[in-house]
Amino acid sequence: MIYPLAGLLRRELALAYRQKAELVQPLIFFVLVISLFPLGVGPGPQMLQKIGPGVIWVAVLLSSLLGMERLFRDDFSDGWLEQMMLSGLPLPLVVLVKVIAHWLTCVLPLLLVSPLLALFLNLSPAMYQALVLGLLLGTPLLSLVGATGVALTLGLQRGGVLLSLLLLPLFVPLLIFATSAVDAAAMQLPYNGQLAIIGALLLLALALSPLATAHALKISQN
Amino acid sequence: MHWVQNNGIFDDLDQYIKWVQIIPNCCWLCYHPPVFGCAFCFELPINKRLSLSLLSVNNLSCIKRDRILFDELGFVLQPGELLHVQGPNGAGKTSLLRLLVGLSQPQSGEICWQGENIRQIPSQYQRQLCYFGHKLGVNLALSALDNLHFWCQMQGIKADTDLYPLLETLGLVGLEELPAGQLSAGQQRRIALARFWLKSCPLWVLDEPFTALDRQAVQMLKSRMQAHLQEQGIIVMTSHQSLDFPTPVRELHLEYRL
Repeated sequence: MIYPLAGLLRRELALAYRQKAELVQPLIFFVLVISLFPLGVGPGPQMLQKIGPGVIWVAVLLSSLLGMERLFRDDFSDGWLEQMMLSGLPLPLVVLVKVIAHWLTCVLPLLLVSPLLALFLNLSPAMYQALVLGLLLGTPLLSLVGATGVALTLGLQRGGVLLSLLLLPLFVPLLIFATSAVDAAAMQLPYNGQLAIIGALLLLALALSPLATAHALKISQN
Repeated sequence: MHWVQNNGIFDDLDQYIKWVQIIPNCCWLCYHPPVFGCAFCFELPINKRLSLSLLSVNNLSCIKRDRILFDELGFVLQPGELLHVQGPNGAGKTSLLRLLVGLSQPQSGEICWQGENIRQIPSQYQRQLCYFGHKLGVNLALSALDNLHFWCQMQGIKADTDLYPLLETLGLVGLEELPAGQLSAGQQRRIALARFWLKSCPLWVLDEPFTALDRQAVQMLKSRMQAHLQEQGIIVMTSHQSLDFPTPVRELHLEYRL
């Protein structure tokens, strides 16, 4: 079973390599939003440091929503989804592979440019550390929950707006805890608690979201 | 070919397959016609005895948007049989095929593979079938070669065999590295149809396989289908064309119902 799943992962990565333009789009959006903020609110270092974590996290949420539809929309329209469902592989595992591929191709680049953006927003090293830890734990959660949302809106003609409405409220707890971790780091307080809660959310999503997504995909075929 | 897993009940399965075509439901031990009083004919429950009637559909009904497409539909397919589903547009041909492969669930009725409901054995059933639907499952950004290669990997088919001879048969040589989006509609369909050469499985389900294909490709596909039937495979397909196969073809007419 590992061999077919590894094949699926390779396919997703090959596909991402062929569609570089679509991949770069969320990244550019992310960088643009964050570099516009200092221009908009003024370049005061204190001010930037105060709003920095929130800005980065909101930008991550919005730009990950941009690329979210890629997860299943193409497969749904060209019929690959049907072929995957008829491959004899357990659908939740297939979903998990898709989510991993999506995280690697769409979200990991955002994490890689984040040191640069932390510099833009005058984050201290301790704050940056908390930010990266939060992103590492929180962004897989975004992809997992996002996959369920995409699968639910798959049958709709213009699911994009509905998808944002559906998903953003679910991301609010993550946003609160992740930014609070960075704030705690700024005041040199421990932030294990916030990270633990995000980690718990991640584990919960890891256990439930593939099942829910697989079921939503089955419904989309009816 | 051993399509049917020999679960120890039938000692010589090939022999039984030959006999069951001559005498339907014949005794699994001595191949005589079923008679009352024969311990062996009636020892096994009927669905086990008929386990060679690979695909059986009982009392199937499908309702879409408050319209009954079909109901109380039933048929049994034996190895080596082709079912040609016909009917006007909107009669429910595609819906029937999607029910058969398990992509959607019927409102009532059951579909059995070797006597077991396909909902009970989904992954086992899916390994026995190959589906060609309206949506081809060909990614337009990937090349023909990649499309087939990744499909083989997903199906667990070791793709160590060279794909080029197959691409040559299908007339795709020279185009194998181009993104499928740059190929014509017929060529894209040829990529999808290549799966029937790659995966060896008893049940083929094809939805309008001949549209957009040129005459030569249609001929090639038909001869492939005949070879499959000779290997005791089963084909369920829809087509508005007549098939003109030398072997008898079973037909199912669906009506457009209001």
